[in-house]
Order: sequence, then structure tokens, then C-alpha cells
Amino acid sequence: MPAVQETVDQVRRIDVDQYKYGFETLIESDKAPKGLSEDTVRFISAKKNEPDWMLAWRLDAYKRWLTMREPKWAKVDYGPIDYQNIYYYAAPKKAPASLDDIDPEILRTYEKLGIPLREREALLGIRKTDGQNSEDGGAEPAGGNGYGRVAVDAVFDSVSVATTFKAELAKAGVLFMPISEAVHEHPDLVKKYLGSVVPVSDNFFATLNSAVFSDGSFVYVPPGVRCPMELSTYFRINERNTGQFERTLIIADKGSYVSYLEGCTAPVRDENQLHAAVVELIALDDAEIKYSTIQNWYPGDANGKGGIYNFVTKRGDCRGRGAKISWTQLETGSAITWKYPSCILRGDNSRGEFYSIAISNGYQQVDSGTKMLHLGKNTTSRIISKGIAAGHSNNTYRGLVTSHRRATGARNFTNCDSLLIGDQCGAHTVPYIETKNSSTVFEHEATTSKISEEMLFYCRQRGLSAEEATALVVNGFVKDVLQQLPMEFAVEAQKLISVSLEGSVG
Amino acid sequence: MPLLEIKNLHVKIDGKEILKSLDLTVNAGEVHAIMGPNGSGKSTLAYVLAGKAGYEPTSGEVKFDGKNIFDMTPDERAAAGLFLAFQYPLEIPGVATMTFLRTALNAQRKKRGEAELSTPEFIKRVREAAGKLNIDQDMLRRAVNVGFSGGEKKRNEILQMALLEPRLAVLDETDSGLDIDALKIVADGVNRLRALQRAFVVITHYQRLLSYIVPDIVHVLSGGRIVKTGGKELALELEARGYAEYQEEAVE
Repeated sequence: MPAVQETVDQVRRIDVDQYKYGFETLIESDKAPKGLSEDTVRFISAKKNEPDWMLAWRLDAYKRWLTMREPKWAKVDYGPIDYQNIYYYAAPKKAPASLDDIDPEILRTYEKLGIPLREREALLGIRKTDGQNSEDGGAEPAGGNGYGRVAVDAVFDSVSVATTFKAELAKAGVLFMPISEAVHEHPDLVKKYLGSVVPVSDNFFATLNSAVFSDGSFVYVPPGVRCPMELSTYFRINERNTGQFERTLIIADKGSYVSYLEGCTAPVRDENQLHAAVVELIALDDAEIKYSTIQNWYPGDANGKGGIYNFVTKRGDCRGRGAKISWTQLETGSAITWKYPSCILRGDNSRGEFYSIAISNGYQQVDSGTKMLHLGKNTTSRIISKGIAAGHSNNTYRGLVTSHRRATGARNFTNCDSLLIGDQCGAHTVPYIETKNSSTVFEHEATTSKISEEMLFYCRQRGLSAEEATALVVNGFVKDVLQQLPMEFAVEAQKLISVSLEGSVG
Repeated sequence: MPLLEIKNLHVKIDGKEILKSLDLTVNAGEVHAIMGPNGSGKSTLAYVLAGKAGYEPTSGEVKFDGKNIFDMTPDERAAAGLFLAFQYPLEIPGVATMTFLRTALNAQRKKRGEAELSTPEFIKRVREAAGKLNIDQDMLRRAVNVGFSGGEKKRNEILQMALLEPRLAVLDETDSGLDIDALKIVADGVNRLRALQRAFVVITHYQRLLSYIVPDIVHVLSGGRIVKTGGKELALELEARGYAEYQEEAVE
């Protein structure tokens, strides 16, 4: 069928073969010796000049990791990973002391990615954003004059190279810094919360991360504070054969609010690279954390060669009453995605949300979903998952919703839709539902549909090119989730899906 | 130069010849009706003109405004002014009708090298056209054809036609599934668009629609070719006598 081929081709163009972030930045870097051993762990800890307790924590994780096995239950297929053939630490040689000290090559990299690192550029960006907001009536209640600005933490290979707007955030009492810095400056907070949501021995990849994590972001929002701007981290793997093991820890104290965005890219490489991150969120009483991801790691070429192995553990703990954690993700990259951002609904009346768009193409394999663990009374959760599979890819939604005996009045609504493009791809839905009390109400809806040639023809008859038609249909399919992304990210997301969004008429 | 010129058109679908040596000439300003029994190739003709995949000719030629239509993609044909009102309009979940209209209109304008319409101008045009077709704002906000009644879908087709202002509109059984009131609204919509520079090909099984959209020329399509051509009175004749006398020519 030529039309099907055409569709597949055009989606491939959108995605796999047009990976425009695939450039490599030539900078000198300082690497740990290849391979993983206790020495590697000590090397990383020494590089960060860490206190003894941190090193002990890492070594404990390393020892546990040695006894663990890689999980094999996901619907993904890949050759064995040689953990001794990976660099666990790579840092740009010139350690930056301030924004001005950053290697211009790195700055250029982030510029190519469209990430405003310099505050001046960020400030220029505001006015544009504000203009759009007023036209659309504003998507979210603005937190004072800071609305539309984004504070950025940029992580290059294993280190955070820059964090913007630190001073202004400090004024509001918000701590936003590389986690390596937080270990020194706020050891009490780090000790109290690190590993409290994802324990050291949680799973193979999380344990590995606990042993060798290099950098990532740390956020603390004090009680009653509404974080005055979006916080954002951009992760970039640059070095060859280097794994990235970032660790993010976000704590929203009582009655606070924070919205955090995460973006990822990597150069085009023939070999596979490992990314095993851990993200822990803690929301105390009536606090709210909104965590958004645009994951655009290199997905491998059209024949399935290369690409990032993305094994990520993300979990949020609604530790207090009325706490709320919301995950929104747009997954377009990675050769393999293994990722289940979850919520532990511990506090009574707490709420968890998961909104996901996962697009797979070429030979990408996605096994992603969420876990909603209802422990507290009257806890609610909502899952909206949209999987789009094209090419030879496989796209699996895997979700777990449980309610504890004590979790009376728990409610969940799950909606999983899959869209197939072409006839070589697969979409799979694997929901697990468990309830231990009779007052729980769990709802599950799922659909699988194929993008129909008829629908595309209808659009083309109205004047849309094949590309525009596919984009329009896909856009319609993911609309519910796209609306959940913060303004700043929504624009990037639209570009990424190559979709012209809804017009300005409401 | 005729607006549409079909000469000796043969079309095979899945190895079966559906159109056999079909000839048809449509000039600007004319309304042609194509009538025929089920399976005579009426919808096939509509799809071939619009460029649906799998509906390619085995021989013959079709010229639209002097250009070989088979050199053009479906969207190029649309931008050149060819519009097909679908017998079964498709649903596009999640895409608001308003967005669809705007995307289509701007895509065509872009292909013709024209500037995009400003938002106020676009809204003005939509409101005007929608009002005449009894289409309310709520319907424009809903996803394209999703949950629309049969009548709403057909009115939506006519709305698109009114906005896109084609030079040649092919209406494929637009009357099917319409009650008399809806039929009148749709027919009025079409009649308002009748103009010297525009032509219509109205495909229908029944004469009923042609009482409201009065054609200049009526053709009988049977067995994949035009077997008779006449004035508007031919439609009444067919209504009275049926297609039986033409059907022995059909292979089916």
C-alpha cells in the first residue's frame, strides 16, 4: 500500500531520521576509568568531595547491586549490557565557577538545543511568552511577576554546568541547585529525604544509580511558598560510552507548589548508551508538585542501531494530607524506554496524576506506564496514557493501580489509548488492578486504533499534505495530554510531534 | 477550455474494471448530475477525481483546468480548487471543527502562494457560512464529525465547501441519510454557491435531491460508462421508470 508507506515515511521523517539534536560537542573531559568497581564509586565520591556518609551510602548501594539481577519482565528486547564497558563519570575539564566560566562549546550546545542558559536570554524570552499568555487568557494562575520565566539547571554528562536564577529563587526561599552541591550545603535535607521514596535496593537500575549517581537537581520549596517560576533541568549525554546516572530530589514542604520540567537529548552514536536515572518527589501536607518530562534521547537510526537505553525510576510520595503529585511526560526518544513514574498516595485525600504521550518509531521499544498506590483514605488518581506506535516499534503501557485495606474511598480513573501507524508496529496494554477494600472505585478504559488511510485521505482532500494530515490526526489523539504540559513546554512538545496546535479560537 | 475533461477513462480496482471508457466534459458555471444504479461506478469516479490511493486509472486522461490531474497529489488537486463532499464524512477525534477548517483553508492558501487568513477575518467567514447552514458555535467547537448526526455531517461538508470556495465541487450522494428539512438546508447551501466560475458534479441515486439542486445536464452512469445524457427532465424520467433499461449494459 503506497499510502501506508507514505505515512510511515513521513512519521519517520518527523522522528527517527530527523534527530536534529544528534550533534556532538568537542570538549575535553575528565573521565573515571572505564568499568564499575568499588574504586569507581570512591572515585566519583572523591570527585564530588563528598562527606563520608554519602560515600558510605553509595558503597552500600554498590554492594547490594552486586547481588541483584537485571529485570527481564518488560516487553523489551536487547542484548546484554556490559557494565564494565561504560564510563560512569565524565565531566567537562574546565570546572565552571560561574556562568561566565562555562566552556563556550557547552553554551553553544545548549544554544543549539534552544535552552536559554544565560539569564539575559531567559529574560528576553519572557516577553514573548507573556504576549502569548495574554492572548490565550493564561493557562495557569500566574505566580506574580515571575510567570513565564524558567530557571534552568543544565547537566552535561555527569555534572551540572549551570543553574540560573539562583539568587531570585533564594529570595523566595526556594533551593534549586545541583544535588552535588546540596550534599554539602543542605546535608540534613538530603540525608532525610534521599532514598526515602526510592530505597537504595528498590530495583537493579535504581540501585546502580544510587552507587554511581553523579549529578542532578535538588529542589526544596519551603512551607506555603509558591515557586515563582518554572524550574527546569536539561540533561545531555555527550561523551562516548558514557552512562548518565542523574539523581533528582524534589521536596515540596507543607502548602507549597512547584512545577518542574525536564528535557533530555544526546548525540547520534552507533553504540547504545545507558541512562539510569532516579527521581524522587516528596509532597507534604497540601503541597503540589507538577513534574513534566520531554524525553528526546537519541532513538537509534532507522535500522535500530544505536540509541539510548533509558531505564529510569521515578516515584513521588504524597506524604502529607491533601498532597498532589502530577507526572506529565512526552516520550519520543530512546532505543529502549523502561519507565514508570509512580505515586504513593500515603496522605489522606492525596491525589496522583499521570499524563503520558509515548511515541515510538523505527525499532524503538517502549515499556512505560505508572503505578498508583492508594494507601490513604479518599485518595484519588487519574491516568491518561496515549501511545503512538509507528515503523517497527513496540509500545507497551504497563500500569499498576492498588488500594490498601485502609484506603477506603480510593478512586482511580485510567484511560489508555493506542494508535498504530502502519502494519509493522505493536501496541500493548498491560494493566494490573488490585484492591483490598470494598469502597474502592477503579475505572479502566482502553482503546487501540489504527490511523486510517480514509481519515488521512479526507484531510488531504481538504488541502493538507500527508505530513500535515498525520500531524493533525496525531495531535487530535494526544490532545488531552498535551493540554497538561506547562506553557513553556507545550511549545516544544508541539514542535516535537510536528503538530500545528489548535487555533486561537476556543 | 472546459473545467473538467475526462476522456476514455478506465479504472480497475482489485483487478476488476469499474470504469470503462468514461467520457465527461464539465464547463465552468454548469451543474451536472450523475445518476445510476448501485455499483455503477459513481463513487469510484468521485474517488478517482479526488485522488484516493488505489483508485488509479489504467488508461485515459482527466484534465482539470487544462492540467493532467494524475500528476497532482490529492492536496494539490484540493488547492487547485477540486472539492469532494464525502458520502461518509470521516471523524477526526480531538481536532475541533474550527481548527480543521482553519488548517485546511490555510494549507490550501499556502499551496497557492497566498497569505494565511487573519484570525478575525477567518472567524468572520466561518460565522457567516455556518449561520446560513444552521450550524451553531457549539458544533464548531466539537471534534470534526465526532458524535455528529448524519445531517450535521453533511452540513459540515457543505460548510467546508463554502469556506474553501472550490472551482469544481463533486457531491457524492450528499442526499443519502438526510430527512427533507436537512436536504433543503444542504441544497440551499449548494445553490448559494452556484456561480459562473464554479461547476458542480452531483452524484446521486435518487431524483429527490435534483428537485432542489436543479441540474443543467443529467448523465446516466451504468456499467462503468455514461450511457445516456440529457436535460433535467431525464432525472424525472429515471425516477418514474427506474434504471432497468440501462442495466443490461452493466456487467454485474
